[in-house]
Amino acid sequence: MSAFEAFLEGAVRTATPLAFAALGETVVERCGVINIGLEGAIIAGAFGGFVAAGSGSIWLGMIGSAVAGILVAAAFAIITIRVRADQIITGTAISLFCLGLTAMLYQQLYGATGAALSIPTMATTEVPVLVSIPFFGKALFAQPSITYVLYLIVPMVWWWMYHTHAGLAVRATGEDPRAVIAAGIPARRIQVWCVLFGGAMGGIAGGVLVIAQAGSFAEGMSAGRGFIAIAIVVLGRWHPLGVAAAALIFGAASALQYFFQALGWPVPYQLFLALPYVLTLCGLAGIAGKAVAPASLGRWPDQT
Amino acid sequence: MGAELALVTDALVRATPLMITGLAVALAFRGGVFNIGAEGQLLVGAIAATAVTLAGHSILGRGVVFVALGAAAVAGGFWAAIAAELRRRFHVLEIISTIMLNFVAIHLVSFLVRGPLQEPTHIYPQTESLPAMARLPILIPGSRLHFGFALGVLTAFALSWMFRRTAIGFRIRSVGASPLAAFTAGRIDVSRNSFLVFLCSGALAGIAGGIEVTGVTFALYENLSPGYGYTAIAVALIAGLNPLGIIASGIFFGTLETGASALQREFAVPSSLASVVEAALIIAVLTLTAVRNRRVLERAS
Repeated sequence: MSAFEAFLEGAVRTATPLAFAALGETVVERCGVINIGLEGAIIAGAFGGFVAAGSGSIWLGMIGSAVAGILVAAAFAIITIRVRADQIITGTAISLFCLGLTAMLYQQLYGATGAALSIPTMATTEVPVLVSIPFFGKALFAQPSITYVLYLIVPMVWWWMYHTHAGLAVRATGEDPRAVIAAGIPARRIQVWCVLFGGAMGGIAGGVLVIAQAGSFAEGMSAGRGFIAIAIVVLGRWHPLGVAAAALIFGAASALQYFFQALGWPVPYQLFLALPYVLTLCGLAGIAGKAVAPASLGRWPDQT
Repeated sequence: MGAELALVTDALVRATPLMITGLAVALAFRGGVFNIGAEGQLLVGAIAATAVTLAGHSILGRGVVFVALGAAAVAGGFWAAIAAELRRRFHVLEIISTIMLNFVAIHLVSFLVRGPLQEPTHIYPQTESLPAMARLPILIPGSRLHFGFALGVLTAFALSWMFRRTAIGFRIRSVGASPLAAFTAGRIDVSRNSFLVFLCSGALAGIAGGIEVTGVTFALYENLSPGYGYTAIAVALIAGLNPLGIIASGIFFGTLETGASALQREFAVPSSLASVVEAALIIAVLTLTAVRNRRVLERAS
């Protein structure tokens, strides 16, 4: 594999968990909720996937990830949508809670030096024919099978959001929930379902990290991906296809480090590690004024 | 010195950065700025204090501590200014930008202690130890309790006075309560106000980092902060963003964390228990407040 192909492969690999999480968050934000607790869903998903995959089945692991993410999202939904506490502080607290809880459970269940523990990982599956496309065939179609699930989910979410009544209701709820309620549609219930979907996707993102990439759990291994995913939603302008593209661009920018390392440039590795976060900042500044958020994002209209 | 005194003073030592970053968070939140970046601002404050001390102690002598803390404030303010400017000019959500800057700061420390600021033998990933004269004075002889704790308490009183008694404090609270009302009824320059609040919040968190280096660790290294800047959110919220309350909640969390470390040593209970308890407390306080607000609203209507 050439350095360029390795770079593309790295881009898709880095983008996969981010795209899962960001796609879920897109649906959440389109219905007017901002879930900063996404980071918590990812780390919970990573831990849940790690525990469930310990049974020996990678797909059981993925289900475990999704369930863990849904549980975290359910807590968020109860506190913000039912009790109507502030979404941003609740989300932050839930992220901190999950980061602490997973670290604690991991130490408790596997001991502080559980580093040697590993679980079955998802091998790369090559898609026949497509993999032989020059340049990007290997990058796109020689990936763990969960990546192909993502390829299917992205257009499905797009179609669902723009071509179904349910999708219309979601988008309308994000713009003006009172109008939605006046039309006889239970806006809050829609928000709950969207948040749960976002949690499942965040959980799967964590599962991808553990089961398809690292093959092990580490404390805080979500490493801010939940927050990066939220930035990606903004960069992708709250549109499922845009978000998927933004995730890929982001993955490509992060994968530049493999490219530079392959070239043997003497740049300190910490600079590469800091790169995704700096890129997020630059990306957010660059999109300024061009992106329009859902009108009632983050608050219910009767709240001041 | 008795073992009890050591336990108490250790808790207060631990409470110091929590208290000061808690005040930083409260200042920001009161002013309508969601500064989740106290962690990063604390770290760059620690970097600046260390660098200034190591470079300037031979020239400045005893006064280097003040210069170091000043540098820490400037560095923390600068780190916050990045997010503040992104918010003012580009409407970037400060929650996202400050968290990104936290990660950048962590990697910056990691780079510096293995690169330009590494101790002369180049074995350990940390800086040279700060000379004794550049350290903060000790409050209670024989203990580790340093002057920074007193500084934190003083800051809390100063902020409390500012919020209650001064026009600046009123402006900050007005913008935090309702930017639109502050602008229309009070002719307050909301964006400038938020920018300055953000800067001051960052400067405070930076000072916390400077104090940690000159009062406790005496060197810069990775994992200098076990997440003080994040715990600060719990510290501030539990106190209802009240500066005087933060003295109490800071000490409470300081005790909780030293207790958790002791539990880990003695009984192998994971020390992350403390962060779980903290986050659970934030959630509990949030939920209770929201429930109470709803009751009030329902009664009013």
